[in-house]
Amino acid sequence: MTAPLLAVDSLEKHFPVERGILFSRRLGAVRAVDGVSFSLARGETLALVGESGCGKSTTARLVLRLIPPNAGSIRFAGTDITRLKGEALRRVRRRMQMVFQDPFASLNPRMTVAETLAEALKVHRIGNRTERHARVRELLGLVGLASYHAGRYPHEFSGGQRQRIGIARALAPNPELVVCDEPVSALDVSIQAQIVNLLGDLKRELGLSYLFIAHDLAVVKHVADRVAVMYLGRIVELARKEDLFAAPLHPYTRMLLAAVPRPDPRLKPASLAPGDIPSPLDPPSGCRFHTRCPFAVARCRTEDPKLAPLGAEHSVACHRALELPASVLPHAATTLPPNTERRLALYAALSGRASRAAFATAAHDQR
Amino acid sequence: MTALLAIEGLRTVFRQRSGEVPAVDGVDLTIARGETLGIVGESGCGKSVLSLSVLRLIAPPGRISAGRILFEGADLLALPPAAMRAIRGNRIAMIFQEPMTSLNPSFTVGAQIIEAMRAHDRSLSARALRARAVEALTQVRIPAPERRLDEYPHLLSGGMRQRVMIAMALACRPDLLIADEPTTALDVTVQAEILALLSDLQRETGMAIILITHDLGVVAEMADKVAVMYAGRIVEQAPVTALFDDPQHPYTLGLLGSVPRLEQQRERLLAIEGTVPPPFALPSGCRFHPRCAFAAPACAETDPPLAELTAAHRVACLRAPLDQYDFRQDPGAAWRDPGHAAICQSPVRT
Repeated sequence: MTAPLLAVDSLEKHFPVERGILFSRRLGAVRAVDGVSFSLARGETLALVGESGCGKSTTARLVLRLIPPNAGSIRFAGTDITRLKGEALRRVRRRMQMVFQDPFASLNPRMTVAETLAEALKVHRIGNRTERHARVRELLGLVGLASYHAGRYPHEFSGGQRQRIGIARALAPNPELVVCDEPVSALDVSIQAQIVNLLGDLKRELGLSYLFIAHDLAVVKHVADRVAVMYLGRIVELARKEDLFAAPLHPYTRMLLAAVPRPDPRLKPASLAPGDIPSPLDPPSGCRFHTRCPFAVARCRTEDPKLAPLGAEHSVACHRALELPASVLPHAATTLPPNTERRLALYAALSGRASRAAFATAAHDQR
Repeated sequence: MTALLAIEGLRTVFRQRSGEVPAVDGVDLTIARGETLGIVGESGCGKSVLSLSVLRLIAPPGRISAGRILFEGADLLALPPAAMRAIRGNRIAMIFQEPMTSLNPSFTVGAQIIEAMRAHDRSLSARALRARAVEALTQVRIPAPERRLDEYPHLLSGGMRQRVMIAMALACRPDLLIADEPTTALDVTVQAEILALLSDLQRETGMAIILITHDLGVVAEMADKVAVMYAGRIVEQAPVTALFDDPQHPYTLGLLGSVPRLEQQRERLLAIEGTVPPPFALPSGCRFHPRCAFAAPACAETDPPLAELTAAHRVACLRAPLDQYDFRQDPGAAWRDPGHAAICQSPVRT
């Protein structure tokens, strides 16, 4: 087996919480990421899934060295980058890029698309003016925009088009790893589908590896090879996508699956473990999920379960993973009505004919 | 049965340099007491303008240029402003998409709930108002409501803030609640909780809900009937089971295909390519034809009316009913080569 592109080991990030300005007292620390380990092979997509506040975005920022970790190590393409500085860090950063969640906030409103994309190249000292110009056109084509979009400003684009620009910017220095931080959460469902498909196409064409952050397991189902479910700074379940969806072991994974709205009016909404994610400033004792877990027993309140392998490439951090009843997820048997399925297949066949190139031409002038 | 709310021929326009452009263009809808109506469509299809029109919250350069909005038989558009204020927020309440920005950060949660109640009932004492505010927070299942009342919005999570917004909207016990994308900015788990809460509250109070969303998955869980909107018009309207069993409009199919499904094996999602045309550049003929996989040349010329398929199921599509046409045998399918598709997909400027 070849070495993984990215290997993260026992990563920790604690944010101190202080009171007072002149004589500040340390009140405690938010343990945003608390001992996270995973690896990502070349050409693979690993999804980090969890609710707001579970530490998934902090993990992404740590991986890209945007913030320094308190402990643990990050190896990228065989080199330890945990303590890299200056020029050496810049050279590595060129190979790992990020797509942000909010396409309305992550583009500079005063820069044209061409300037935004060229800046990403300039920062990494790639090419001269003409080469950069050519690369900008190439990038726009890659993400399904037309070259006449280059001179426009972000406000002239819809949310989906802005996210395409965000993706083009990430691809500019020709990275190997792209970290996608909830790239579709802020978009309409129909536009989400476009972007999810685009990310899949780009991965195949350019041989990219994705660290894909999301809170919606249904989206993850369509992009990931492996899935890591995070809760309060820890990974609670890590498995290949097929295994995770076929037999989710951790109660939290089951809860996330049950929360996905299903397009079938005959199914009644699933009942969920109530409550919000507890404060990472003061995580619950024992298993961190026990406060919301419908299966919790006395042991869960005192003893912290370790992430342990259970079967091939399937790890879970739960004392009761093997005792729990096999997951009876309401989605398991559902399919759409036959009429609907047939028409959707027809829709797919007909819309498949319009190629992506045709779409690029049609990505139309909104002014 | 008389409808609680009946919208007839509603048209809301916005003035631009080029003239008035319609954001909502001839919409008819009815909703009965205790019923949930889902309005579905992408950003820019006019669904939010429609809901703001019902509350007469359209500010210049926009205006409602035609139609009637009958609430218990009385036309809201003909009411004097004071009478409208007695209905708005009182009989018809609204919750907005972003719980982060629709609460005022410099007032406590309690002050904001009490302000809404006092605006409609000046007779209550401060103590009675506070008691009702506690009751409102209890109703939306907020733990320790007495303490939460004196907290500022920044201390609350996104889900809690949306609960506060719902408490505020329900404080005057409205007959109709308009929920404009109430769960879009929230985690899926929180979304599921908020939707469950809304259904529970509806059972308890018997209010009607207009639920505006872009997600057909949410509609399936909540709505009794559905209206699919595109470019200011309703393109398909049906009871929820009929819509999911027998979707007719290609746009509905596109929205349905875009929902990522857990049980689905196919990796690639069906997407609707392109975006909603802005109201000042509507295509000729059927407004959806440039993005439609089923479009025929006739679709660029004829604007299909919303026609009855069955008594409750209406659809605005020349190709409906879809099944009576075998597209694989379509002699006209040749016109859909990529070159032609590119031409057909570029919008006609108006």
